[in-house]
Amino acid sequence: MNDEIIDEITASEYKYGFTTEIESETVPPGLNEDVIRLISSKKNEPKWMLEWRLDAFQTWLKMVEPNWPNVNYQKPDFQTISYYSAPKQKKALDSLDEVDPELLKTFEKLGISLDEQKRLSGVAMDVVVDSVSVATTFKETLAEKGIIFCSMSEAIQEHPELVRKHLGTVVPKRDNFYAALNSAVFTDGSFCYIPKGVHCPMELSTYFRINEAGTGQFERTLLVADEGSYVSYLEGCTAPSRDENQLHAAVVELVAMEKAEIKYSTVQNWFPGDAEGKGGVFNFVTKRGICERNSKISWTQVETGSAVTWKYPSCILKGDNSVGEFYSVAVTNNFQQADTGTKMIHLGKNTKSTIISKGISAGRSQNSYRGLVRVGARAENARNFSQCDSLLMGDKCGAHTFPYIEAQHPSAQIEHEATTSKIGEDQIFYCNQRGIGTEEAIALIVNGYCKEVLNQLPMEFAVEAQKLLEVSLEGSVG
Amino acid sequence: MIKIKNLKARVEEKEILCGINLEINPGEVHAIMGPNGSGKSTLSSIIAGREDYDISGGSIDFEGENLLSLSPEERAHKGIFLSFQYPVEIPGVTVSNFIKTAINESRKSRGEEPMEARKMLAMMREKTVLLEMDKSYLSRSLNEGFSGGEKKRNEIFQMAMLQPKLAILDETDSGLDIDALRIVANGVNKLRSKKNAVMIITHYQRLLNYVEPDFVHVLYNGKIVKSGDKNLALELEAKGYDWIKAENT
Repeated sequence: MNDEIIDEITASEYKYGFTTEIESETVPPGLNEDVIRLISSKKNEPKWMLEWRLDAFQTWLKMVEPNWPNVNYQKPDFQTISYYSAPKQKKALDSLDEVDPELLKTFEKLGISLDEQKRLSGVAMDVVVDSVSVATTFKETLAEKGIIFCSMSEAIQEHPELVRKHLGTVVPKRDNFYAALNSAVFTDGSFCYIPKGVHCPMELSTYFRINEAGTGQFERTLLVADEGSYVSYLEGCTAPSRDENQLHAAVVELVAMEKAEIKYSTVQNWFPGDAEGKGGVFNFVTKRGICERNSKISWTQVETGSAVTWKYPSCILKGDNSVGEFYSVAVTNNFQQADTGTKMIHLGKNTKSTIISKGISAGRSQNSYRGLVRVGARAENARNFSQCDSLLMGDKCGAHTFPYIEAQHPSAQIEHEATTSKIGEDQIFYCNQRGIGTEEAIALIVNGYCKEVLNQLPMEFAVEAQKLLEVSLEGSVG
Repeated sequence: MIKIKNLKARVEEKEILCGINLEINPGEVHAIMGPNGSGKSTLSSIIAGREDYDISGGSIDFEGENLLSLSPEERAHKGIFLSFQYPVEIPGVTVSNFIKTAINESRKSRGEEPMEARKMLAMMREKTVLLEMDKSYLSRSLNEGFSGGEKKRNEIFQMAMLQPKLAILDETDSGLDIDALRIVANGVNKLRSKKNAVMIITHYQRLLNYVEPDFVHVLYNGKIVKSGDKNLALELEAKGYDWIKAENT
């Protein structure tokens, strides 16, 4: 029975796999200093920005692509990628009404009509298609509180002092191969600044989509929460189904100043490739936050997409009493490969971190958790609790756990719990006997398994994430 | 309601049921007794639709339909309920969410709308009172960390919610203390009506003191070797199974 059902895994199709006919302006493929100069001039950037990029490029040239992650893939040829693709527009947009109607249709297909968002949900949203941010809603409402929420391009123009002060402070240019590449060629992304003591009144959200064929997406997000402020931020990602692999190499930097709190949630559903493992997005992302005294950063991610993923949203707990959290659900199906986890670097005293990681592997996929908990020499009374659970569906997939623990202070308390389980025939039969069909039973069991993580998501996104889990695992029973 | 004719089943090469004949009518309570390994649990699993068995002969007819051609969930939708001997744990899924899903899936199979949330909640409350369960049960993960007695009580709670036509209790009484036994029996008696039937699989007489059976059957080596009324259970309790074994070897 198992084999038969596992073969049915192919049943679930990627429902976001459409492309949109929008006239785009795309830079010819290839990467050299001229391309970087071109990107920078197209965006009308100041000189310091160009120099920063060129410096990153020089650094990148000397680096090699890492091969320690537990994934196998054909390394991208960086000279065949186009580094800039923008939906063609005549001028800067003042309101949603000016957005290309074709693009708005895309958002409707995605189920995130901006109008709808605007009216109903009170979610302020920035949308990045290919490389360029096309619309930011709710800007005025936010401006009243002094909150800046705009595209990175705009931030470089309008708030250069803030960008210059923080860009690259959490993820330096030379941090790693893909971070260096991103620093050289990043085209857009979101920028957010919450002033001192301000509690951001709504969820901020960015929506990323790769549309053009043969393009890479290199967005850069910088989020600065000033002293005593609070913000909850969500990003969503999709891409069309394409035969070739698309590269997504983003960098996200979070700065939580004293007593600030940042909650950063991701629902990632990049195209995972088809049932034979053809196509799909390479998702090589660097996400990191730095916590000053008494601050808190919480990462929540629900990852169902991408052909190959490696990302480790991390917290540097620099300030005393700061708190880092990581809640993750990573689903792999078919031929997907994921190597994901977190790093919690305890530097300050009384710092605390929590890691809850739930991996689900189905089909012939490989799912790895890789996590580092480091307690520095001055981090007195640091505490960490890690829980890494793996759920296997079928007998052709793999789950791996690579926990690294480094403690340099004798007072450190580090706990690591790990479990591996299979959805049992007994559980499914029990549900069947109560009238619950096998597909629904799996959805129920998986949602139960992920509950601790899903509970961390803002309500409306938790519902979306739940549906996404169901779609991703349609037809996979073990 | 259910007619089992000459049912034969095996696991791998081992014959476990060797021709069972049993008919249960609406309103009746049947007790199936017998020593360990006689095939009692196999019989209940086959009625519920577990796929681990090879049905090598015979038939099961449920309200005029060939039960063996239906999936386990279709059988549940038709009103068959099995109280499991070893209920499974489903972490993170609350009792209330689970039973809500079960009820609404059955309703969906009949083309009905999901039950109104308020009505569902009222019904859950009512049944927790019936089974003397604390309200907090509803928000606990299904069977996770439940004691043996709590698990069995939770099975009967689900039975009370689903109101099946045929309830099969597979050793529901094992592991229950005397108070829990009374509570579970009370739950079963509440379900009894002219339209419903109950099949009680048990080793012991004690549950039958509370839920009085109309018929008692003794299963031995995959066959029903003796049938009678409630007095047969009392006789078994007094004499043990040895005389049955002696008569059938």
